[in-house]
Amino acid sequence: MSEPIRLTPPLSEADVASLKAGDKVLVSGTIYTGRDAAHKRIVETLAEGGTPPFPLEGAMIFYVGPSPPPPGRVIGAAGPTTSYRMDSYAPVLMEQGLRAMIGKGKRNDEVKQAMAKYKAVYLAAIGGAGALMARCIKEAEVIAYPELGPEAVRRLVVEDMPLFVVNDVHGGDLYQQGRQAYARR
Amino acid sequence: MSSVRTVEVSAIADTVARLCGEADIILPEDVRQAITQAKADEPSPVGREVLERLLENADIAAEEKMPICQDCGLAIIFIDVGQDVHITGGDLTEAINQGVRRGYEENYLRKSSCHPFSRVNTGDNTPAIIHTRIVPGDKVQIWVVPKGGGAENMSKVFLLTPAVGLAGVKKVVMDTVKNAGPNPCPPVIVGVAVGGTFEQAAVAAKRTLLRKLDSVSSDPEAAVLEEEWLEDINKLGMGPAGLGGHTSCLKVFVDIIPCHIASLPVAVNMQCHAARHKEAVL
Repeated sequence: MSEPIRLTPPLSEADVASLKAGDKVLVSGTIYTGRDAAHKRIVETLAEGGTPPFPLEGAMIFYVGPSPPPPGRVIGAAGPTTSYRMDSYAPVLMEQGLRAMIGKGKRNDEVKQAMAKYKAVYLAAIGGAGALMARCIKEAEVIAYPELGPEAVRRLVVEDMPLFVVNDVHGGDLYQQGRQAYARR
Repeated sequence: MSSVRTVEVSAIADTVARLCGEADIILPEDVRQAITQAKADEPSPVGREVLERLLENADIAAEEKMPICQDCGLAIIFIDVGQDVHITGGDLTEAINQGVRRGYEENYLRKSSCHPFSRVNTGDNTPAIIHTRIVPGDKVQIWVVPKGGGAENMSKVFLLTPAVGLAGVKKVVMDTVKNAGPNPCPPVIVGVAVGGTFEQAAVAAKRTLLRKLDSVSSDPEAAVLEEEWLEDINKLGMGPAGLGGHTSCLKVFVDIIPCHIASLPVAVNMQCHAARHKEAVL
Protein backbone atom coordinates (compact mmCIF):
# COMPACT_ATOMS: atom_id res chain seq x y z
CA MET A 1 0.00 0.00 0.00
CA SER A 2 1.16 3.51 -0.85
CA GLU A 3 2.15 6.07 1.76
CA PRO A 4 -0.70 8.19 3.10
CA ILE A 5 -1.18 11.69 1.70
CA ARG A 6 -1.07 14.49 4.27
CA LEU A 7 -3.81 17.10 4.15
CA THR A 8 -4.13 20.30 6.16
CA PRO A 9 -7.34 22.34 5.78
CA PRO A 10 -8.36 24.80 4.49
CA LEU A 11 -8.00 22.88 1.21
CA SER A 12 -7.52 24.36 -2.23
CA GLU A 13 -9.05 23.05 -5.44
CA ALA A 14 -5.62 21.67 -6.34
CA ASP A 15 -5.34 19.82 -3.01
CA VAL A 16 -8.46 17.79 -3.71
CA ALA A 17 -8.05 17.45 -7.48
CA SER A 18 -4.96 15.28 -6.99
CA LEU A 19 -6.76 12.81 -4.69
CA LYS A 20 -8.00 9.50 -6.09
CA ALA A 21 -10.53 7.01 -4.76
CA GLY A 22 -8.63 4.48 -2.67
CA ASP A 23 -5.93 6.91 -1.48
CA LYS A 24 -5.15 6.88 2.21
CA VAL A 25 -4.93 10.30 3.82
CA LEU A 26 -3.90 11.72 7.19
CA VAL A 27 -5.59 14.97 8.14
CA SER A 28 -4.09 17.44 10.61
CA GLY A 29 -5.44 20.86 11.50
CA THR A 30 -8.84 22.45 12.00
CA ILE A 31 -12.04 20.73 10.87
CA TYR A 32 -15.70 21.25 11.79
CA THR A 33 -18.43 18.86 12.85
CA GLY A 34 -22.01 18.78 11.66
CA ARG A 35 -24.72 16.18 11.23
CA ASP A 36 -28.47 16.10 10.57
CA ALA A 37 -29.84 18.98 12.65
CA ALA A 38 -26.80 21.26 12.16
CA HIS A 39 -26.96 20.80 8.38
CA LYS A 40 -30.60 21.75 8.37
CA ARG A 41 -29.82 24.96 10.27
CA ILE A 42 -26.78 25.89 8.18
CA VAL A 43 -28.71 25.46 4.95
CA GLU A 44 -31.62 27.51 6.34
CA THR A 45 -29.15 30.23 7.42
CA LEU A 46 -27.62 30.36 3.94
CA ALA A 47 -31.06 30.51 2.32
CA GLU A 48 -31.89 33.54 4.46
CA GLY A 49 -28.65 35.22 3.41
CA GLY A 50 -27.04 34.67 6.84
CA THR A 51 -23.49 33.75 7.77
CA PRO A 52 -22.68 30.09 8.42
CA PRO A 53 -21.11 29.21 11.81
CA PHE A 54 -17.70 28.61 10.20
CA PRO A 55 -16.08 29.67 6.91
CA LEU A 56 -17.09 27.13 4.27
CA GLU A 57 -14.38 28.06 1.76
CA GLY A 58 -11.84 25.22 1.76
CA ALA A 59 -13.47 23.64 4.81
CA MET A 60 -13.60 20.01 5.83
CA ILE A 61 -16.72 18.83 7.64
CA PHE A 62 -16.88 15.70 9.78
CA TYR A 63 -20.27 14.01 10.14
CA VAL A 64 -20.09 13.10 13.81
CA GLY A 65 -22.08 13.35 17.01
CA PRO A 66 -19.49 12.58 19.68
CA SER A 67 -20.23 10.99 23.03
CA PRO A 68 -19.69 13.23 26.10
CA PRO A 69 -16.04 13.76 27.13
CA PRO A 70 -15.06 11.74 30.22
CA PRO A 71 -13.22 13.80 32.89
CA GLY A 72 -9.89 15.10 31.63
CA ARG A 73 -10.69 14.44 27.95
CA VAL A 74 -11.47 16.93 25.20
CA ILE A 75 -14.05 14.64 23.57
CA GLY A 76 -15.65 11.22 23.91
CA ALA A 77 -15.85 8.56 21.18
CA ALA A 78 -15.98 10.28 17.79
CA GLY A 79 -16.43 8.00 14.80
CA PRO A 80 -18.34 8.92 11.64
CA THR A 81 -22.10 8.77 11.26
CA THR A 82 -23.82 7.49 8.09
CA SER A 83 -23.50 10.18 5.44
CA TYR A 84 -26.55 9.73 3.19
CA ARG A 85 -28.71 11.63 5.66
CA MET A 86 -26.71 14.75 4.77
CA ASP A 87 -27.12 14.19 0.99
CA SER A 88 -29.95 16.67 0.58
CA TYR A 89 -27.87 19.44 2.20
CA ALA A 90 -24.34 18.69 0.95
CA PRO A 91 -24.52 20.27 -2.55
CA VAL A 92 -25.52 23.64 -1.05
CA LEU A 93 -22.43 23.60 1.16
CA MET A 94 -20.15 22.54 -1.70
CA GLU A 95 -21.47 25.44 -3.76
CA GLN A 96 -20.22 27.69 -0.94
CA GLY A 97 -16.72 26.22 -1.06
CA LEU A 98 -16.84 23.12 1.17
CA ARG A 99 -13.95 20.93 -0.04
CA ALA A 100 -14.23 17.70 1.92
CA MET A 101 -16.79 15.64 3.79
CA ILE A 102 -15.84 12.93 6.29
CA GLY A 103 -18.34 10.18 7.06
CA LYS A 104 -19.17 6.60 6.22
CA GLY A 105 -21.52 4.97 3.74
CA LYS A 106 -22.79 5.70 0.24
CA ARG A 107 -23.64 9.13 -1.24
CA ASN A 108 -26.34 9.68 -3.85
CA ASP A 109 -25.74 10.68 -7.48
CA GLU A 110 -26.59 14.31 -6.86
CA VAL A 111 -23.84 14.59 -4.24
CA LYS A 112 -21.33 12.81 -6.49
CA GLN A 113 -22.16 15.18 -9.36
CA ALA A 114 -21.80 18.17 -7.05
CA MET A 115 -18.37 16.86 -5.95
CA ALA A 116 -17.22 16.82 -9.57
CA LYS A 117 -18.77 20.22 -10.30
CA TYR A 118 -17.56 22.13 -7.23
CA LYS A 119 -14.33 20.14 -6.70
CA ALA A 120 -14.88 18.43 -3.38
CA VAL A 121 -14.08 14.97 -2.06
CA TYR A 122 -15.75 12.46 0.22
CA LEU A 123 -13.54 10.70 2.73
CA ALA A 124 -14.43 7.68 4.87
CA ALA A 125 -13.43 7.19 8.45
CA ILE A 126 -13.78 3.69 9.88
CA GLY A 127 -17.32 3.36 11.20
CA GLY A 128 -17.45 2.08 14.76
CA ALA A 129 -13.90 3.06 15.64
CA GLY A 130 -14.96 5.97 17.85
CA ALA A 131 -12.46 5.46 20.67
CA LEU A 132 -9.57 5.25 18.19
CA MET A 133 -10.67 8.40 16.36
CA ALA A 134 -10.93 10.30 19.67
CA ARG A 135 -7.16 9.90 20.06
CA CYS A 136 -6.62 12.03 16.92
CA ILE A 137 -8.69 14.89 18.33
CA LYS A 138 -6.57 17.32 20.32
CA GLU A 139 -9.04 20.17 20.82
CA ALA A 140 -12.81 20.42 20.65
CA GLU A 141 -14.99 23.49 21.11
CA VAL A 142 -18.72 23.98 20.50
CA ILE A 143 -19.02 27.00 18.19
CA ALA A 144 -22.72 26.89 17.26
CA TYR A 145 -26.10 25.44 18.23
CA PRO A 146 -25.09 24.21 21.73
CA GLU A 147 -28.73 23.30 22.36
CA LEU A 148 -28.34 20.46 19.86
CA GLY A 149 -26.09 18.56 22.29
CA PRO A 150 -24.18 15.88 20.37
CA GLU A 151 -25.38 17.51 17.14
CA ALA A 152 -23.89 20.93 17.96
CA VAL A 153 -21.26 22.31 15.56
CA ARG A 154 -17.77 21.86 16.96
CA ARG A 155 -14.39 23.13 15.88
CA LEU A 156 -11.91 20.28 16.18
CA VAL A 157 -8.14 20.36 15.99
CA VAL A 158 -7.01 16.95 14.77
CA GLU A 159 -3.68 15.27 14.28
CA ASP A 160 -3.05 12.48 11.77
CA MET A 161 -6.69 11.49 11.42
CA PRO A 162 -6.64 8.36 9.18
CA LEU A 163 -9.14 8.41 6.31
CA PHE A 164 -9.77 6.80 2.92
CA VAL A 165 -10.78 8.70 -0.22
CA VAL A 166 -14.10 7.19 -1.31
CA ASN A 167 -15.33 9.67 -3.95
CA ASP A 168 -12.87 11.86 -5.85
CA VAL A 169 -13.55 14.77 -8.22
CA HIS A 170 -13.00 12.52 -11.25
CA GLY A 171 -15.90 10.15 -10.60
CA GLY A 172 -13.87 7.47 -8.78
CA ASP A 173 -15.81 5.53 -6.14
CA LEU A 174 -13.94 3.26 -3.71
CA TYR A 175 -17.13 1.52 -2.53
CA GLN A 176 -17.87 0.41 -6.12
CA GLN A 177 -14.25 -0.35 -7.00
CA GLY A 178 -13.60 -2.27 -3.79
CA ARG A 179 -16.72 -4.37 -4.14
CA GLN A 180 -15.99 -5.17 -7.79
CA ALA A 181 -12.43 -6.21 -6.96
CA TYR A 182 -13.49 -8.75 -4.33
CA ALA A 183 -16.93 -9.94 -5.51
CA ARG A 184 -17.10 -13.69 -6.23
CA ARG A 185 -19.73 -15.77 -7.94
CA MET B 1 -45.56 -26.24 45.29
CA SER B 2 -42.72 -23.93 44.39
CA SER B 3 -42.05 -20.90 46.52
CA VAL B 4 -42.02 -17.36 45.23
CA ARG B 5 -38.71 -15.51 45.13
CA THR B 6 -38.57 -11.78 45.72
CA VAL B 7 -36.52 -9.48 43.50
CA GLU B 8 -36.25 -5.79 44.32
CA VAL B 9 -36.67 -3.30 41.48
CA SER B 10 -33.59 -1.48 42.77
CA ALA B 11 -31.48 -4.57 41.95
CA ILE B 12 -32.93 -4.54 38.43
CA ALA B 13 -32.13 -0.83 38.02
CA ASP B 14 -28.56 -1.37 39.27
CA THR B 15 -28.07 -4.28 36.87
CA VAL B 16 -29.42 -2.36 33.87
CA ALA B 17 -27.15 0.62 34.69
CA ARG B 18 -24.09 -1.63 34.89
CA LEU B 19 -24.95 -3.55 31.71
CA CYS B 20 -25.44 -0.31 29.71
CA GLY B 21 -21.88 0.73 30.56
CA GLU B 22 -20.34 -2.68 29.93
CA ALA B 23 -22.22 -3.22 26.66
CA ASP B 24 -21.11 0.13 25.21
CA ILE B 25 -17.52 -0.02 26.42
CA ILE B 26 -16.41 -3.66 26.25
CA LEU B 27 -16.44 -5.53 22.95
CA PRO B 28 -17.96 -9.01 23.55
CA GLU B 29 -15.32 -11.76 23.53
CA ASP B 30 -17.08 -13.81 20.81
CA VAL B 31 -17.07 -10.71 18.58
CA ARG B 32 -13.38 -10.09 19.22
CA GLN B 33 -12.61 -13.68 18.26
CA ALA B 34 -14.70 -13.47 15.08
CA ILE B 35 -12.93 -10.25 13.99
CA THR B 36 -9.51 -11.76 14.78
CA GLN B 37 -10.32 -14.85 12.70
CA ALA B 38 -11.68 -12.70 9.86
CA LYS B 39 -8.45 -10.67 9.84
CA ALA B 40 -6.45 -13.86 9.34
CA ASP B 41 -8.68 -14.92 6.42
CA GLU B 42 -9.19 -11.52 4.72
CA PRO B 43 -7.32 -11.20 1.37
CA SER B 44 -7.79 -7.41 1.02
CA PRO B 45 -4.94 -5.36 2.59
CA VAL B 46 -7.31 -2.46 3.29
CA GLY B 47 -9.81 -4.92 4.74
CA ARG B 48 -7.18 -6.36 7.07
CA GLU B 49 -6.18 -2.86 8.13
CA VAL B 50 -9.79 -1.98 8.97
CA LEU B 51 -10.21 -5.14 11.06
CA GLU B 52 -6.93 -4.44 12.85
CA ARG B 53 -8.15 -0.90 13.63
CA LEU B 54 -11.39 -2.29 15.04
CA LEU B 55 -9.45 -4.53 17.44
CA GLU B 56 -7.24 -1.60 18.38
CA ASN B 57 -10.37 0.50 18.95
CA ALA B 58 -11.78 -2.16 21.29
CA ASP B 59 -8.54 -2.15 23.29
CA ILE B 60 -8.53 1.65 23.59
CA ALA B 61 -12.21 1.68 24.60
CA ALA B 62 -11.67 -0.90 27.36
CA GLU B 63 -8.49 0.78 28.58
CA GLU B 64 -9.86 4.32 28.62
CA LYS B 65 -13.43 3.37 29.62
CA MET B 66 -14.61 5.13 26.48
CA PRO B 67 -17.51 3.79 24.40
CA ILE B 68 -16.53 1.63 21.41
CA CYS B 69 -18.68 3.86 19.21
CA GLN B 70 -20.02 7.39 19.70
CA ASP B 71 -23.48 6.07 18.80
CA CYS B 72 -24.20 4.43 22.14
CA GLY B 73 -27.56 3.40 20.79
CA LEU B 74 -31.08 3.34 22.01
CA ALA B 75 -31.25 1.04 25.03
CA ILE B 76 -33.01 -2.14 24.00
CA ILE B 77 -33.77 -4.36 26.97
CA PHE B 78 -34.85 -7.98 26.80
CA ILE B 79 -36.07 -9.24 30.14
CA ASP B 80 -37.19 -12.78 31.00
CA VAL B 81 -39.09 -12.85 34.28
CA GLY B 82 -39.48 -16.22 35.98
CA GLN B 83 -43.10 -16.95 36.85
CA ASP B 84 -42.03 -17.73 40.44
CA VAL B 85 -40.57 -14.25 40.90
CA HIS B 86 -42.32 -11.46 42.76
CA ILE B 87 -40.94 -8.07 41.76
CA THR B 88 -41.24 -5.62 44.65
CA GLY B 89 -40.28 -2.09 45.61
CA GLY B 90 -41.73 -0.20 42.65
CA ASP B 91 -42.58 -0.11 38.97
CA LEU B 92 -40.49 -2.50 36.82
CA THR B 93 -40.61 -0.30 33.69
CA GLU B 94 -39.58 2.76 35.68
CA ALA B 95 -36.75 0.78 37.30
CA ILE B 96 -35.42 -0.19 33.86
CA ASN B 97 -35.62 3.42 32.67
CA GLN B 98 -33.91 4.51 35.87
CA GLY B 99 -31.10 2.04 35.14
CA VAL B 100 -30.74 3.32 31.57
CA ARG B 101 -30.68 6.94 32.77
CA ARG B 102 -27.92 6.20 35.30
CA GLY B 103 -25.92 3.88 33.05
CA TYR B 104 -25.79 6.42 30.22
CA GLU B 105 -24.99 9.36 32.50
CA GLU B 106 -22.39 7.69 34.72
CA ASN B 107 -20.50 6.14 31.82
CA TYR B 108 -20.46 9.26 29.60
CA LEU B 109 -22.53 7.55 26.92
CA ARG B 110 -24.27 9.54 24.19
CA LYS B 111 -28.01 10.02 24.61
CA SER B 112 -29.67 9.56 21.24
CA SER B 113 -33.41 9.38 21.98
CA CYS B 114 -35.46 12.24 20.53
CA HIS B 115 -38.97 13.30 19.50
CA PRO B 116 -39.62 12.08 15.94
CA PHE B 117 -40.83 15.47 14.63
CA SER B 118 -39.21 18.20 16.73
CA ARG B 119 -36.01 16.07 17.06
CA VAL B 120 -35.65 17.44 20.60
CA ASN B 121 -33.53 15.03 22.64
CA THR B 122 -35.24 13.41 25.65
CA GLY B 123 -31.93 14.08 27.40
CA ASP B 124 -31.42 10.79 29.22
CA ASN B 125 -31.74 8.12 26.49
CA THR B 126 -35.12 6.98 27.79
CA PRO B 127 -37.62 5.55 27.20
CA ALA B 128 -35.90 2.19 26.91
CA ILE B 129 -37.33 -0.30 24.44
CA ILE B 130 -38.41 -3.21 26.63
CA HIS B 131 -39.29 -6.74 25.51
CA THR B 132 -40.61 -8.79 28.42
CA ARG B 133 -41.29 -12.53 28.56
CA ILE B 134 -42.71 -14.58 31.42
CA VAL B 135 -40.75 -17.83 31.63
CA PRO B 136 -40.59 -20.83 34.00
CA GLY B 137 -38.35 -20.55 37.05
CA ASP B 138 -37.48 -18.06 39.77
CA LYS B 139 -34.83 -15.97 38.05
CA VAL B 140 -34.81 -12.67 36.17
CA GLN B 141 -32.56 -12.56 33.12
CA ILE B 142 -31.71 -9.20 31.56
CA TRP B 143 -30.00 -8.42 28.28
CA VAL B 144 -28.99 -4.89 27.27
CA VAL B 145 -28.54 -4.35 23.54
CA PRO B 146 -27.48 -0.78 22.68
CA LYS B 147 -28.59 -0.40 19.07
CA GLY B 148 -27.09 2.32 16.90
CA GLY B 149 -28.97 4.15 14.18
CA GLY B 150 -26.64 3.31 11.28
CA ALA B 151 -27.37 -0.40 11.22
CA GLU B 152 -30.97 -0.12 12.45
CA ASN B 153 -31.83 2.23 9.55
CA MET B 154 -30.78 -0.47 7.06
CA SER B 155 -33.16 -3.07 8.56
CA LYS B 156 -36.36 -4.18 6.81
CA VAL B 157 -39.62 -6.03 7.34
CA PHE B 158 -41.23 -7.74 4.31
CA LEU B 159 -44.68 -9.31 4.02
CA LEU B 160 -44.07 -11.71 1.15
CA THR B 161 -46.44 -13.94 -0.78
CA PRO B 162 -46.12 -17.64 0.16
CA ALA B 163 -45.60 -18.45 -3.55
CA VAL B 164 -42.11 -16.87 -3.53
CA GLY B 165 -40.94 -19.57 -1.13
CA LEU B 166 -37.45 -20.02 0.22
CA ALA B 167 -35.86 -18.51 -2.91
CA GLY B 168 -37.91 -15.35 -2.45
CA VAL B 169 -36.97 -15.11 1.20
CA LYS B 170 -33.30 -15.50 0.39
CA LYS B 171 -33.56 -12.82 -2.29
CA VAL B 172 -34.91 -10.17 0.09
CA VAL B 173 -32.28 -11.02 2.69
CA MET B 174 -29.46 -10.72 0.12
CA ASP B 175 -30.93 -7.51 -1.36
CA THR B 176 -31.22 -5.94 2.09
CA VAL B 177 -27.57 -6.64 2.88
CA LYS B 178 -26.36 -5.60 -0.57
CA ASN B 179 -28.36 -2.36 -0.66
CA ALA B 180 -27.15 -1.49 2.83
CA GLY B 181 -23.58 -1.79 1.54
CA PRO B 182 -21.13 0.19 3.67
CA ASN B 183 -23.83 2.04 5.67
CA PRO B 184 -24.40 -0.34 8.63
CA CYS B 185 -20.65 -0.68 9.45
CA PRO B 186 -19.67 -4.03 7.96
CA PRO B 187 -18.65 -6.71 8.72
CA VAL B 188 -22.27 -6.95 9.81
CA ILE B 189 -24.29 -9.44 11.76
CA VAL B 190 -27.61 -10.23 10.10
CA GLY B 191 -30.56 -11.29 12.26
CA VAL B 192 -33.38 -12.83 10.20
CA ALA B 193 -36.78 -14.06 11.33
CA VAL B 194 -38.97 -15.89 8.82
CA GLY B 195 -42.65 -16.37 9.66
CA GLY B 196 -44.76 -15.12 12.54
CA THR B 197 -46.68 -11.88 12.11
CA PHE B 198 -45.62 -8.32 11.22
CA GLU B 199 -44.50 -7.45 14.77
CA GLN B 200 -43.43 -10.92 15.86
CA ALA B 201 -40.96 -11.24 12.99
CA ALA B 202 -39.34 -7.90 13.81
CA VAL B 203 -38.91 -8.68 17.51
CA ALA B 204 -37.73 -12.22 16.78
CA ALA B 205 -35.12 -10.92 14.32
CA LYS B 206 -33.83 -8.55 16.99
CA ARG B 207 -33.84 -11.33 19.59
CA THR B 208 -31.50 -13.43 17.44
CA LEU B 209 -28.85 -10.75 18.08
CA LEU B 210 -28.59 -12.02 21.67
CA ARG B 211 -26.93 -15.22 20.41
CA LYS B 212 -23.17 -15.78 20.44
CA LEU B 213 -21.44 -15.44 17.07
CA ASP B 214 -19.96 -18.94 17.38
CA SER B 215 -23.32 -20.55 18.15
CA VAL B 216 -25.23 -22.88 15.84
CA SER B 217 -29.02 -22.74 15.69
CA SER B 218 -30.78 -25.56 17.53
CA ASP B 219 -33.15 -25.74 14.54
CA PRO B 220 -31.33 -27.82 11.87
CA GLU B 221 -33.30 -26.15 9.06
CA ALA B 222 -32.23 -22.68 10.28
CA ALA B 223 -28.64 -23.83 10.83
CA VAL B 224 -28.31 -24.77 7.15
CA LEU B 225 -29.64 -21.38 6.03
CA GLU B 226 -27.35 -19.51 8.44
CA GLU B 227 -24.31 -21.14 6.89
CA GLU B 228 -25.42 -20.82 3.27
CA TRP B 229 -26.51 -17.17 3.54
CA LEU B 230 -23.31 -16.20 5.37
CA GLU B 231 -21.23 -17.72 2.58
CA ASP B 232 -23.24 -15.96 -0.12
CA ILE B 233 -23.15 -12.56 1.63
CA ASN B 234 -19.39 -12.87 1.89
CA LYS B 235 -19.18 -13.28 -1.89
CA LEU B 236 -20.70 -9.81 -2.42
CA GLY B 237 -17.26 -8.18 -2.09
CA MET B 238 -18.15 -5.26 0.20
CA GLY B 239 -15.65 -6.23 2.87
CA PRO B 240 -14.72 -4.47 6.12
CA ALA B 241 -16.10 -0.89 6.21
CA GLY B 242 -17.39 -1.54 2.68
CA LEU B 243 -13.96 -0.76 1.21
CA GLY B 244 -13.70 -4.13 -0.57
CA GLY B 245 -12.93 -7.62 0.71
CA HIS B 246 -14.35 -10.98 1.65
CA THR B 247 -15.42 -10.18 5.22
CA SER B 248 -18.78 -8.45 4.73
CA CYS B 249 -20.59 -10.44 7.41
CA LEU B 250 -19.50 -12.20 10.61
CA LYS B 251 -22.68 -14.18 11.24
CA VAL B 252 -26.22 -14.77 10.01
CA PHE B 253 -28.84 -15.76 12.59
CA VAL B 254 -32.10 -17.30 11.38
CA ASP B 255 -35.26 -17.95 13.36
CA ILE B 256 -38.08 -19.87 11.66
CA ILE B 257 -41.57 -19.39 13.14
CA PRO B 258 -45.01 -20.70 12.02
CA CYS B 259 -47.09 -18.11 10.16
CA HIS B 260 -50.57 -17.60 8.71
CA ILE B 261 -51.47 -19.71 5.62
CA ALA B 262 -51.77 -16.43 3.68
CA SER B 263 -48.49 -14.91 4.83
CA LEU B 264 -44.73 -15.10 4.61
CA PRO B 265 -43.26 -12.38 6.84
CA VAL B 266 -39.51 -11.79 6.82
CA ALA B 267 -37.65 -9.41 9.12
CA VAL B 268 -34.00 -8.56 8.56
CA ASN B 269 -32.35 -6.75 11.46
CA MET B 270 -28.92 -5.42 10.53
CA GLN B 271 -26.32 -5.19 13.29
CA CYS B 272 -22.93 -3.48 13.12
CA HIS B 273 -19.61 -5.23 13.73
CA ALA B 274 -19.54 -4.33 17.41
CA ALA B 275 -22.62 -6.52 18.04
CA ARG B 276 -22.97 -4.93 21.47
CA HIS B 277 -24.90 -6.89 24.08
CA LYS B 278 -24.41 -7.86 27.72
CA GLU B 279 -26.53 -10.00 29.99
CA ALA B 280 -26.98 -10.86 33.65
CA VAL B 281 -29.13 -13.16 35.76
CA LEU B 282 -30.71 -12.05 39.02
